[in-house]
Amino acid sequence: MKKQLIQLEINNRVYEVPVNPRDLLVDVIRKKVGLTGTKKGCGQGDCGACTVLIDGAPVLSCITLAIACQGKKITTIEGLADDRGNLHPIQQAFVDHGAVQCGFCTPGMILTAKALLDRNPQPGEAEIKRGIAGNICRCTGYKKIVEAISAAAATISKGVVK
Amino acid sequence: MNSRNFSQVGRSVPRIDGPAKVKGEAIYTDDMVLPRMAYGKIKRSPYAHALIKKIDYSKALALPGVLAVITGEEAPNKWGIVPQTANEVALAVHKVRFHGEGVAAVAAIDEETAEAALNLIEVEYEPLPVLLDPFASMKRAKEVRIHEEAPDNILHQAEQLFGDPDKAFAGCAYILEKEFHTSYVNHAFLEPHTSLASYDPQSGQLQLWSSTQVPHYLHRQLSIVLEMPMNRIRVTVPAVGGGFGGKGEASSADFCAALLSRKTGRPVRVTYERSEVFATNKGRHPCHMKMKIGLDKDGYIQAVDFDNTLDGGAYAGWGIVVMFYTASMIHLPYRVPNARARVRRVYTNKPTCGAMRGLGGVQPRYAMECMLDELAEMIGVSPYELKMKNAVESGYRSVSNLHVPHTEFKKCLQTVVDKSGYLEKHGKLPFGKGIGLAGGYYISGTAYTLYLSYKPHTTVLIRLDTEGGVTLHCAAADIGQGCNTVMAQMAAEALGVRYEDVHVVSGDTELGTFDLGSFASRLTYASGAAIKEAAKQINDKLFEVAAGMLGCRADQLEVKNCRFYSTFEPDKTIPWEKVVDVYTNTVGTLTGIGHFSPPRLKGIDLSRGARVQGANIGHSPTFGFSAQVIEVDVDVETGKVRVVKVTEAGDCGQAVNPMSVEGQVEGSIMFTLGQALYEEMKMDADGRMLNPSLHDYKVPTAMELPEIDSTIVESYDPTAPFGVKESGEGPVQPTIPAIANAVYDAIGVRFTELPITPEKVLKALKEKKEKEKQ
Repeated sequence: MKKQLIQLEINNRVYEVPVNPRDLLVDVIRKKVGLTGTKKGCGQGDCGACTVLIDGAPVLSCITLAIACQGKKITTIEGLADDRGNLHPIQQAFVDHGAVQCGFCTPGMILTAKALLDRNPQPGEAEIKRGIAGNICRCTGYKKIVEAISAAAATISKGVVK
Repeated sequence: MNSRNFSQVGRSVPRIDGPAKVKGEAIYTDDMVLPRMAYGKIKRSPYAHALIKKIDYSKALALPGVLAVITGEEAPNKWGIVPQTANEVALAVHKVRFHGEGVAAVAAIDEETAEAALNLIEVEYEPLPVLLDPFASMKRAKEVRIHEEAPDNILHQAEQLFGDPDKAFAGCAYILEKEFHTSYVNHAFLEPHTSLASYDPQSGQLQLWSSTQVPHYLHRQLSIVLEMPMNRIRVTVPAVGGGFGGKGEASSADFCAALLSRKTGRPVRVTYERSEVFATNKGRHPCHMKMKIGLDKDGYIQAVDFDNTLDGGAYAGWGIVVMFYTASMIHLPYRVPNARARVRRVYTNKPTCGAMRGLGGVQPRYAMECMLDELAEMIGVSPYELKMKNAVESGYRSVSNLHVPHTEFKKCLQTVVDKSGYLEKHGKLPFGKGIGLAGGYYISGTAYTLYLSYKPHTTVLIRLDTEGGVTLHCAAADIGQGCNTVMAQMAAEALGVRYEDVHVVSGDTELGTFDLGSFASRLTYASGAAIKEAAKQINDKLFEVAAGMLGCRADQLEVKNCRFYSTFEPDKTIPWEKVVDVYTNTVGTLTGIGHFSPPRLKGIDLSRGARVQGANIGHSPTFGFSAQVIEVDVDVETGKVRVVKVTEAGDCGQAVNPMSVEGQVEGSIMFTLGQALYEEMKMDADGRMLNPSLHDYKVPTAMELPEIDSTIVESYDPTAPFGVKESGEGPVQPTIPAIANAVYDAIGVRFTELPITPEKVLKALKEKKEKEKQ
């Protein structure tokens, strides 16, 4: 299949990448762009580990075609900390609250949480659970993840960091 | 000295790899790319049982971009985590024994080419009858044999007899006998197996990066299959995306990557698809159990008779260990004076079963805790009263010679009952709502190497100098459970520094000193003991130097909070770093090395005739305990069981990192809740898996998360380093029976087969209604 050169805007930087029309976003991000923070756990859109944000909404990059993402703003886990490497409040809360164990679901989980808090800055426990229902975590039992998201919401709403 | 006067142990500190993981910067094996790296893929069998008549890969090899193809005959040496039963090969030789078994592997310049090449490999099979049920397998063994060396299709069977159960049953006032069946479940860790091998033809050195829990055992098995000495192989463990036992032995990915790399002279990476994770399984053994428990008139357990048929799947794996564990697990956490276990682990044409979180404990625990619940009802007492009455106490030695140096199990039971209001609720909730109690325990520290060697299980090297500060070397594998953080905390405690000051070098057989691996809840205990020994050597040296600098005696010094103090003259104190500087500047780098060998003869003294029959498995230096009260809602219209609340109390000894312990407990509960209610791998009649995806194999999501109220009970095992025990496998044990007991309390039906699905609940409710009408 003939490759074409496309432009993808990832974490506020434009990357030019040669892709096949059937190349999946997760593979392009991981292998061609080299941002390996986005994980591939099932390749079938079931586990949520490959979640990235496209124009702010969580999207499963393992069932998304890369060519369909031209002209959109893609955010991966590498784009969440600020320019000086300071953690986003959600990232900080995951560290502080023990919401990370093996870490494989973590990037997708954090991005899903980011999208949730962007549209609902003060979610209740049930809303958080519903918000992350598409992201499987096999280590933590979710409790500390829910607590971390709740704590991050409180930090953000205090206006310490936006 | 107040042993609990710790400053670094007992602190809820964030894990040291947390920031890298939340930034997406932690490197997992599949994230690695090496120059000239090729991609490996494995061709898998479409038959569950067949002879391989012919493999023709000439077309595959001719495809541009294909670098090499290998088949099983190129590396026929058998490997296995248990050397006595090793019967697996890198790729099938002459015969396949489960659907999805690897028959050939390809290395190509990219994944697409490798995949295209797989389709060009022509394999001719002669299908054989497929045995999927262990009872059918034993019955038809004369006609269909899965392994030549196992004429009855049984890997191993055993009988263990302690005391005189028959005589004891004859005197029992209450006897209950039941059958239980557990399901075929997979770990569903999130990171599929990945292995990256780099063989250097000039030096003959192989380096393998693998998502493994057991770098050492992988190292040994690579040595066997590749016929290379271990000192020419280096195994490195990058970040690992969960294991739960499923990465507790080598995988075909490891061998194929290594063999292909050696053949091509290039680095080769093999990463499994999710379907391959299911196809190669190594999950929990389905158990078909008969259990008989007898109580005297006062409710004391007098005898247990246990019969277990384990459905092992195609190969040996951890099977014999799991089998003996199920036999061993009936001896605790209640006093059982007479016991018999008859167990057999049977081959079937299914992906092999192996080790899974709390291995060998979960199945018999389910049976025993449900039966004690039922027996309590027969006697007319609360299950709590019955379990408290029979619960073991510190210093207990079972008839099978399991020695429990310390336990707070009773405190666990008491705590969950008090906190949940169990006694006020049990038997009194409206129809459809129920509450259940169960207890459990697990080994901690393990007692034996699988290849019966006397060598220490863990070695820790601590290096100290001005340049690097404190560096702890140990080839332990942090698979997400957090051992690197916990080891740093224990080393900091022993050296009197802060945990942030300890650099941990782990997960590498060359840079790290020996460790058996992350399994059987052994690492906190084992590394803790080795750390204490290593740190003592360092402290002894530093104390002498500090004493000289302070003008006092070394044996009057203490080190804490990065300072040396004289215990008698508080003004005589000096910063820790200054002493290290002086030592380094005069003597050079300081090292201390500590080893841990579990006590081998605990309770076994052949001269006195105190021995263990059958197997010694189940022994460990100490044991962790957990109790759970679980509340459920059963929707009588849909049959759906919803876990509403879990009250847990655990005895993990001294918690090194309480936040990490909570994470282990909460993770254990949700992990096992899935097995109780949702998870099951299903096969069709030909042995093809029907649900090899996370879409159709249902694991709990956040929507299933109940309220979890867990307590770390005050505990300190005086025989353990820093007082520690396990915390990640004990809490797995009570969850299934607590749910089953709660469902009984809710709708009056005892489920003896897992998972407890809505279909089963509706069917049972219908049958119950019909029975009540009659």
